[in-house]
Amino acid sequence: MDHTPLKELLYKMADDQLILGHRNSEWTGMGPLLEEDIAFSSMAQDKVGQSLALYTLLHELGESDPDTVAFTRNANQFHNCQLVELPNQEYDFSLIRHFLFDTAEALRFEMLTRSSHQPLAQLATKIRGELRYHTLHANTWIKQLGSATPESISRLQKSLEYALPFALGIFETSLYEKELIAAGIFEGEQALQQKWLAKIESILSQTSLQLPDLKLIQPIVGGRQGKHTEHLQPLLDEMSEVFKIDPTAEW
Amino acid sequence: MVSKEQILIWLEDVKDPEIPVLSLIDLGVITEVVVDADQVTVEMTPTFVGCPAMDYMKLEVETLLKTKGITPHVNISFKKPWSSDLISEKGKAALKKYGLAPPPSNKVFTDLEILETAICPSCDGDNTEMKSPFGPTLCRALYYCHDCKEAFEQFKPL
Repeated sequence: MDHTPLKELLYKMADDQLILGHRNSEWTGMGPLLEEDIAFSSMAQDKVGQSLALYTLLHELGESDPDTVAFTRNANQFHNCQLVELPNQEYDFSLIRHFLFDTAEALRFEMLTRSSHQPLAQLATKIRGELRYHTLHANTWIKQLGSATPESISRLQKSLEYALPFALGIFETSLYEKELIAAGIFEGEQALQQKWLAKIESILSQTSLQLPDLKLIQPIVGGRQGKHTEHLQPLLDEMSEVFKIDPTAEW
Repeated sequence: MVSKEQILIWLEDVKDPEIPVLSLIDLGVITEVVVDADQVTVEMTPTFVGCPAMDYMKLEVETLLKTKGITPHVNISFKKPWSSDLISEKGKAALKKYGLAPPPSNKVFTDLEILETAICPSCDGDNTEMKSPFGPTLCRALYYCHDCKEAFEQFKPL
């Protein structure tokens, strides 16, 4: 059986988790309050761990071992969406990205619990439960700060408008969309985007934030094909710095 | 060859490295022990996918069984995924005694409002408030008891 479509799906999911996990870890020691520092650090640990589990599934399909895959590729070999590689910037942007991405991620794993690829369905069943805490966290803060002061509302609104074109890039059409759907591996990016839109609408409608008309927004795509912003390569250089001192070291 | 029951008794001595009152058996991360003619296989699964203690727990299981003259195969997989409902009643009592609120059944977890309060492990009251769904380890959340005026942690339902 040709595993190319499955591998492409696993790579983009694993790369999303790894890169956003790394960005989340950059809040360690920097959070605006202790609980947020701990939350972003914990979500970083979850996401990097989930990426390891996904790279392990790829390894079982014949790809290189997880450390090699994570630490030795260049930016143009990564398949994450551009949203996750953007620098953390202010807390309002990190929070909006966390909300937009994690909502999609939680729904994706929910859909994958029905995947015909058994190892992926088993892993998705596990990860789905963990991600409930991530979306609980995001929704709580969006609802709170999205209805709090004029400053918190205008900051989140500005970040929302900046992040949305990148967020739509999460759902960049795969070259293998038809094969994945036909084989029952994944129901497809379009189906995911619809569920995502309904979910973010329902949360944002409980706040003072306005969701712009998505039909008027041009999605920023290319990440899934290895096209990235200038921000990814410096992230990879930093992430792999210690590994590259001695790639054969036992940890 | 030793029996499965004997191995389970021995494994009672392997504790969670972050919660030393709780055995891996009571935690529910040992999902199966198979004794064949000349091979012992232990199946394990992590509490959280990113749990950094997994390799250490695996090593502890191997080390303990080696002291009994057994070299086991220890497999880690998600075939039987862990949920907090797998923590035994004995394990839940040990958690409470240790000062950690045991997790409620994960059946209630779809209703996220239920996470807003937890039963305080000190006074058994529910005048409590969630401070953060994330705590010092992936499997714990932070709460505050308004009666005791003390912070406490809950082992998260999952």
